[in-house]
Amino acid sequence: MSRRVIDVASPPVIVGAGPAGVRAAQALVAHGLRPVVVDESPRCGGQIYRQPPPGHVRDKRSLYGFEAARADAVHHTFETIANRLDHRPGMLVWSLEGDTLHLLRDGRADRLRHGGLVVATGATDRVLPFSGWTLPGVTTLGAAQVALKYQGCAIGARAVLAGTGPLLYLVAYQYAKAGAQVAAVLDSASLSDQAAALPALLRDPAVLAKGLYYVARLRTLGVPVYRGVRGLRARGGERVEGIDWQDAQGEHALDCDAIGFGYALRSETQLADLAGCEFAFDPLQRAHLPLRDAAGRASVPGIYLAGDGAGVRGADAAELAGELAALALLADRGVAVDAWRLAELQQRLARSTLLRQGLERAFPFPEDWAAQAPDDLLLCRCEEISVGQLRQAAREAGADELNRAKALCRVGMGRCQGRYCGAAAAEVLAQAVGVPIAQVGRLRGQAPVKPIPFAMLDDDGEATR
Amino acid sequence: MKPLLHRLAERDRATVHFTLDGLPLTALAGDTVLTAVLTHTDRLRRAEFSGAPRAGFCLMGACQDCWMATEGGERLRACSRLIEDGMRLLSGASPADGAGR
Amino acid sequence: MSAQRVDTEVAIVGGGIVGASAALYLRRMGLRVVLLERDLCGSRSSGVNFGGVRRQGRALALLPLAQRSHLLWGGLRETIGSDGEYLRSGHLKIARSPADMDSLEAYRERTRDFDLGLQLLGREALRERCPWLGDAAVGGSLCPEDGHANPRLVSPAIARAAQAAGAEVHERTEIVEARHDGHGFVLRSAGGLEVRAVHLLNCAGAWSGRLAEQFGEPVPLTGEHPAMFVTEPLPLFMNLSLGVEGGGIYARQALRGNCVIGGGRGFTIDAQRARNSQMALTTAMRQAVHLLPPLRHALVIRSWSGTEGYLPDHLPVVGASGTTPGLLHGFGFNGEGFQTGLGVGAVLADLVRDGRSATPIAPLSITRFRASPAEPAAPVPQPGDIVHP
Repeated sequence: MSRRVIDVASPPVIVGAGPAGVRAAQALVAHGLRPVVVDESPRCGGQIYRQPPPGHVRDKRSLYGFEAARADAVHHTFETIANRLDHRPGMLVWSLEGDTLHLLRDGRADRLRHGGLVVATGATDRVLPFSGWTLPGVTTLGAAQVALKYQGCAIGARAVLAGTGPLLYLVAYQYAKAGAQVAAVLDSASLSDQAAALPALLRDPAVLAKGLYYVARLRTLGVPVYRGVRGLRARGGERVEGIDWQDAQGEHALDCDAIGFGYALRSETQLADLAGCEFAFDPLQRAHLPLRDAAGRASVPGIYLAGDGAGVRGADAAELAGELAALALLADRGVAVDAWRLAELQQRLARSTLLRQGLERAFPFPEDWAAQAPDDLLLCRCEEISVGQLRQAAREAGADELNRAKALCRVGMGRCQGRYCGAAAAEVLAQAVGVPIAQVGRLRGQAPVKPIPFAMLDDDGEATR
Repeated sequence: MKPLLHRLAERDRATVHFTLDGLPLTALAGDTVLTAVLTHTDRLRRAEFSGAPRAGFCLMGACQDCWMATEGGERLRACSRLIEDGMRLLSGASPADGAGR
Repeated sequence: MSAQRVDTEVAIVGGGIVGASAALYLRRMGLRVVLLERDLCGSRSSGVNFGGVRRQGRALALLPLAQRSHLLWGGLRETIGSDGEYLRSGHLKIARSPADMDSLEAYRERTRDFDLGLQLLGREALRERCPWLGDAAVGGSLCPEDGHANPRLVSPAIARAAQAAGAEVHERTEIVEARHDGHGFVLRSAGGLEVRAVHLLNCAGAWSGRLAEQFGEPVPLTGEHPAMFVTEPLPLFMNLSLGVEGGGIYARQALRGNCVIGGGRGFTIDAQRARNSQMALTTAMRQAVHLLPPLRHALVIRSWSGTEGYLPDHLPVVGASGTTPGLLHGFGFNGEGFQTGLGVGAVLADLVRDGRSATPIAPLSITRFRASPAEPAAPVPQPGDIVHP
């Protein structure tokens, strides 16, 4: 990999002020640089340590539970270094061309050149559609958590939480603890999945202990947990009224007015894509992700990837990766860094991958989802395209690759540009064509990363800055 | 009008006055537009092609399903904007109102 | 990597709208056809262009082709089995000044014989017809039967129609070698496929220059990247597709509500792909909202570009090779090849079967780029010559 010399006349830039971005900023500041930290949120913390708006009074213990100390450490670190960096909150990076980032804040356009870019864009929930998933009252698990953490609300008076993954149990526990009614937890994973994963999960006893604690507390609080759940179907006309499902015991039905669901997370890789980074399929994440070396360097010189935005490894790993990426950036800018610390971070990060494998074993991705999905199931919620329409594009027009399928049936063409239909679309297409999931490719990214308003342009017709 | 979101905490905040489809409502300072609306009702907008009601999905600015309009035509992503005094929100109207001059 | 050999009558390099329609029409004539496409048929310029299906505004030399195409577009539904979102919405060329109006008037005069049905609209008539247009539009020229379609649907569908008609289509097949061995054309793909054919059609889009050069007739073909963007679905207001006299943006609104707007140039990200640029995007956005006030509160959700072949005189190359009997060219459409694509395919099919076409294409000959009037290396096929299989 040839190394282009980074333009040291420009400041390093970090996109994302979650755990990875904050630790990257800390390391850069510690070495005497003044990074620009661009973040869409008004305050640092990302999603996992999202800070509430002014006027909220709950303490960090009630907001973040067992992670309160970590959250507080991240927030406090950023506050301490805030006057030694250039913080740009409420700002979207909507495109990247060469070393120039194109920005949007408060409806106004701007730009910024970087002298090294740390992409710490985080992740969102990975979803697999079920009948009725677009009804008012159905949200992601992440949304259910944000509603509670950031707005002090439950997504409904009587919620069901579904999908799989550690987040499912965490959110259920947080809801029950906060006094919300959780009618049930519906986990697609089976007890035997979780038992088989125990040896791997024992590599991080703290994580395992927390998980077992949440499950035990749910039992104490009277929240029923169902496992081996299949065939989710939401009932309701204009909003959610109930949920049906199957498990080994048979058919079940419950009334509810909200459903929060998700199947682990998916990385926000749009900026890495626009930067021209090389991607490869990661079987553990079941997604195409930007390649990074052991220190987080992407295939494009000057680009560094840290945190869940380049592969989901959790918040603790994100902190390590953020610091590591910053050290790599510093080294590439010709600043001396502690080689021992660099090696230590790499080692600790490698261990986090083993934990991830354990979690995947405990909460496996439901690989039979596509085969069970009926034709009339809505796949793309933006464009309102069904599973059947995608299968038709494969069957009648020979689409065997995601971008082709998108061109023919519009999946992924809407406002979210494939964030919430991409994973499911890949599953449907691979199953329809009869190839492994890696082979149908990934949706090609284009600017803007998120919708931009015509109104962002100068009214007086002057050229944008 | 039956709300979707259910307040559990943080009730002691200043009142914010806004309207939804002309109806005067209140929210609490620090509520997002999404929270302000969905603590009263169960819909933010209607999907373009089916007309089906939508009420957001991800609450973190990613799904783009919570875009609303104000009576003045301004567009806002409801989960990412805080409610402000005097906002006049529309839940059924379409984004290019004012077609023509 | 299998060593496969195919013998055929006509080999076509390039599965865009030109190559695919040529394949389709040749099959209808009963000839054996092999269509070779480096990626997926209709995935390049033919699949990512603006989607304008218009005759108005073209150089006179292209109007016969455009008229022939227009007739073929009229039969699109029968050809591809769906509508491809093709709409004869009418195309309006906007004037921003009296000088523009004069220019449009002069064009109408020049093209009288072509029956385009052009109507000139003054300010008042324009306001009445298009109340959604901004004040900058002082008038325009309307071609009522011009319109637009969805290239992502149409171009691949033409190739599928060709395949259904019996064309042998090889996708993901890059031709790395092409020559004439004295008996016929021999093509070799990167994967070891060998194709032998009596006729060779060079419809390789922006990449046709290489093939032309291999047969001793280099052309000054450059790759450029017309930039495009699309809005979220909006309530329908733009009931005509739009262009601006003297250059600027072009716009159309699909029935689903998305407004597709083009203008400016993008840049390459590799040998085959291009992207819109922030500069082109924001410039076009500014021009668009100025011209179309209903956009002022709307959101742009995606931008893109492609790679188009351009020639310095803004005319394509269509017709017989100047060096090699049996070789035909159809490329270099300067960013406006979608509408003419069907007509070009039909003309190429004529040339293969009959050695000539009723559609005048003399000004589009590749020989116009010959450096000097020196004798070519091999006898040039003349119109009327019979080319033996």
